[in-house]
Amino acid sequence: MASYTLNTPFDEKLMRSLHVRDLVTINGHIFGMRDKTMIHCFDKGNELPVSLDGFPILHTAPSLKKAGDRWEKIIIGTTTSTRMDRFSPPLMEKYGARAIIGKSGLYQGSLEAMQRFGACYLAIVGGAAAIETTQIEEVEEVYWPQLHPEAIYKFRVKDFGPLIVAMDSHGNNLYADVRAKVQEKLPEIYRKCKISE
Amino acid sequence: MRHVEFEKIVETVESVCISAAYELPADVLAALKNAAQKESSPAAAEILNQIIENARIAAAEKIPLCQDTGLAVVFVEQGADVAVKPPSDDGDATLFDAVNAGVKAGFQKGYLRKSVVADPLKNRDNTGSNTPAVIHLSVVPGQKLKLTVMTKGGGSENKSRFMMFKPTADGSEIIDWVVDVVRAAGADACPPFIIGVGIGGNFELSCLLSKKALCRNLGTRNTDRFYAKLEADLLVRINALGLGPQGLGGDTTALACLVETAPCHIASLPVAVNIECHSHRHKSVVI
Repeated sequence: MASYTLNTPFDEKLMRSLHVRDLVTINGHIFGMRDKTMIHCFDKGNELPVSLDGFPILHTAPSLKKAGDRWEKIIIGTTTSTRMDRFSPPLMEKYGARAIIGKSGLYQGSLEAMQRFGACYLAIVGGAAAIETTQIEEVEEVYWPQLHPEAIYKFRVKDFGPLIVAMDSHGNNLYADVRAKVQEKLPEIYRKCKISE
Repeated sequence: MRHVEFEKIVETVESVCISAAYELPADVLAALKNAAQKESSPAAAEILNQIIENARIAAAEKIPLCQDTGLAVVFVEQGADVAVKPPSDDGDATLFDAVNAGVKAGFQKGYLRKSVVADPLKNRDNTGSNTPAVIHLSVVPGQKLKLTVMTKGGGSENKSRFMMFKPTADGSEIIDWVVDVVRAAGADACPPFIIGVGIGGNFELSCLLSKKALCRNLGTRNTDRFYAKLEADLLVRINALGLGPQGLGGDTTALACLVETAPCHIASLPVAVNIECHSHRHKSVVI
């Protein structure tokens, strides 16, 4: 378990050097998006209006306040990633995303894409939105604002994390490992389940 | 008969909704700190410490603990000798109207996310006010009005389950099932959890009991020795799963397991599990 502070954009070599359980803190830019954004892009056939090459994606629908031309943050938290699973491989392949930040992980197809293209899944603490909001310094751009709160947000971040590498480019998936271990333990737990007065 | 002004209830619910969004209750924070000290997995300890730090920042900076600021569930205990005095311009306004007005005001003034849709299936349009709240009223002796507000996140609620057991079921079958409900809740429901279990009553009462259980202070045990032991046994079994904080492994899958019970039909043994995430926001006030 090593700790890294990384500046965006990330390159393939850097992403391939990370392993599950490593801790990563990010400085630079990350892009927020979620369900409707990806449906608008991949299912409705609209090209993303911004390059993601080397940048991380954060699964979020932020609460923002429009103040003149600027968007001020109210609260920015992370949503469950599994819903966005099918969009993750094309985000890596077609748009060059190098990391996906979210909670509760992705499935096998996304893991294989991480192996193929050199990318990682970085687990953030779900439900710790206050910490996340303070680590996002600024909402610099909002693309596809008509989709707000499910638009595309360019966030500038400082000391964002630490995030836990939960899926890596070597085929490791911490969530799947934990699920398998939990399954192994169940019979033993069941055997011990006896209640008495 | 004591009368409480309609507006007093509105203001109280408003202020509780706002402060509940920013302030993690002391018992939850204490349980998290205790778990962080005991946690043997470094990654799990890191997550628990971030949750503790999140609570500090949320309270200090007045930022909601979680972006899902929840559906407002309000338990009202109304003394038999207390009545609501309606506002002068609306003589028909009830206690329920006051609670909903308070929730609306709190979520709008506090910039809290509105998470309620008016229709569950047809169009799912947001009501824009986080109302209606889910309100449970009970009548108790005396002149007090007690309000317990729980702002409950959707992710954990989605993983809650009900099961009708046979009354001949061995108690261990119930434990097995509860453990499996927690296993299935997994990473999606944001562990570490607080587990509310309702046993007995009927179909709907067992579910209500499981939510009422979540209103208890995490440091308390069921007053019945048998169920206090059941709570302790369940917690040990649940944590033996090793699911851990955020489903990334560790000793802390749940911070507490709270059981509430009620008498039931001779043919039935209803059991409900209400899963709650670590952002366990609830607060009681007496007017």
